[in-house]
Amino acid sequence: MQVSVSINGVEHSRDIEPRTLLVHFIRDDLQMRGTHWGCDTSNCGACTVWVDGAPVKSCTMLAVQAEGSEVTTVEGLAKDGGLDPIQEGFTECHGLQCGYCTPGMMMTGRWLVDQNPNITREEIREGISGNICRCTGYKNILDAIEYARDHANSEVSA
Amino acid sequence: MQTPAPVEYAKATSIADAISRLEALGEDSRPVAGGYSLIPMMKLRLARPETVVDLNGIAELRGVRVEGNELVVGAMTTHADVLSSAILFEHYPIFREAEHVIADPIVRMRGTIGGSMCQADPASDLSAVGSALRGNAVLMSSSGSRTVPLREFHDGPYETVVQTGEILTELRYPIRPGAGSAYEKVERRAGDWGVCTSGVFVVVSGGVVTDCGIGMAAVNADHYCAPEAEAMLMGKAPTEENLAAAAAAAANEANPIADQRGPADYKRHLASELTLRALRRAVAASQGA
Repeated sequence: MQVSVSINGVEHSRDIEPRTLLVHFIRDDLQMRGTHWGCDTSNCGACTVWVDGAPVKSCTMLAVQAEGSEVTTVEGLAKDGGLDPIQEGFTECHGLQCGYCTPGMMMTGRWLVDQNPNITREEIREGISGNICRCTGYKNILDAIEYARDHANSEVSA
Repeated sequence: MQTPAPVEYAKATSIADAISRLEALGEDSRPVAGGYSLIPMMKLRLARPETVVDLNGIAELRGVRVEGNELVVGAMTTHADVLSSAILFEHYPIFREAEHVIADPIVRMRGTIGGSMCQADPASDLSAVGSALRGNAVLMSSSGSRTVPLREFHDGPYETVVQTGEILTELRYPIRPGAGSAYEKVERRAGDWGVCTSGVFVVVSGGVVTDCGIGMAAVNADHYCAPEAEAMLMGKAPTEENLAAAAAAAANEANPIADQRGPADYKRHLASELTLRALRRAVAASQGA
């Protein structure tokens, strides 16, 4: 089945089986390995991408369902050679250890900050409850998303 | 790697289009809503449709509105939209309380109320809410629409009365002025299915209970409800003693089984305790209304 999806602003057309999951379309068909593939049951959030601006767990959506959509992956965060504030936050605050959950955490974290520029630590904590980290204990992840909140808002509107 | 078995895909453009496709394709087809239940079932081969008909493009299936003395929720309304609905919250805070403990914020943005009802998971929070409120399901097929009480909607775990060529289009809940409602859940971790849940509404008028509904999930109660406990409360003063007696009766209408979420006696204890807590809060809300 022919599917056309815009990923990070670039149109991709492929002939795929309808059963292909979005995460495998991104990782295997398009060879974009930034999006991680974790629990396969929509619990862990490692595969989180944005579909038309909203976070989706891409292990539980068929790629054909994204036909005509704008998908953003972690590779789409950095702009003009500069890191996004959420990426800076994870760097500055040591927001990761093994890094497996990080792409999903950043996609959810950046979305949360965009939705609510004044988001509280407690709201962030609830907002990332669908993204599981088994290393950090979450403290540094919360710090990293707060960093993004504080720096994304002072950004000259890009 | 978990991938569904080979399957065909069709995107429906309207309710009529979805129905005609599902009818033509027959029992080997399945409608897909949010997909957070069906796709994992397909990965595990517990569901193996030959074709999935995607309902996500049908705008007319989304939204919450008041119609006469009923709240009407489109089947494709997402959990997130139910959670944030001011209309639902105004009449029944139970919706917000239940939605707040369903899955996680990302899943709630795509998962739908209709998908949840039709999955009919034994631990389905919204099934308990629907039965507590004595809501109705509107089902449409090529021969028209029919309305089924949610207390007759299930044929067993993961089974509903929805027929091949038929889709759930709306959930309807009667508005009850002065009702208080509440939802209680014990789960092993945030976003998990409940070990036991209880959701209730109560109308207190003239010092007595004039209407009530008790729903429970994850404890194997017929149609997720406790009608004998409700009957015990009707016409009674909502004293702690009467509420506790009704909660104990509700626990007796549960038939929990031991599994990885806990032993049966623990779940039955929860059914009583959570029902009591929900009743207390619903009574207080009704008396304050």
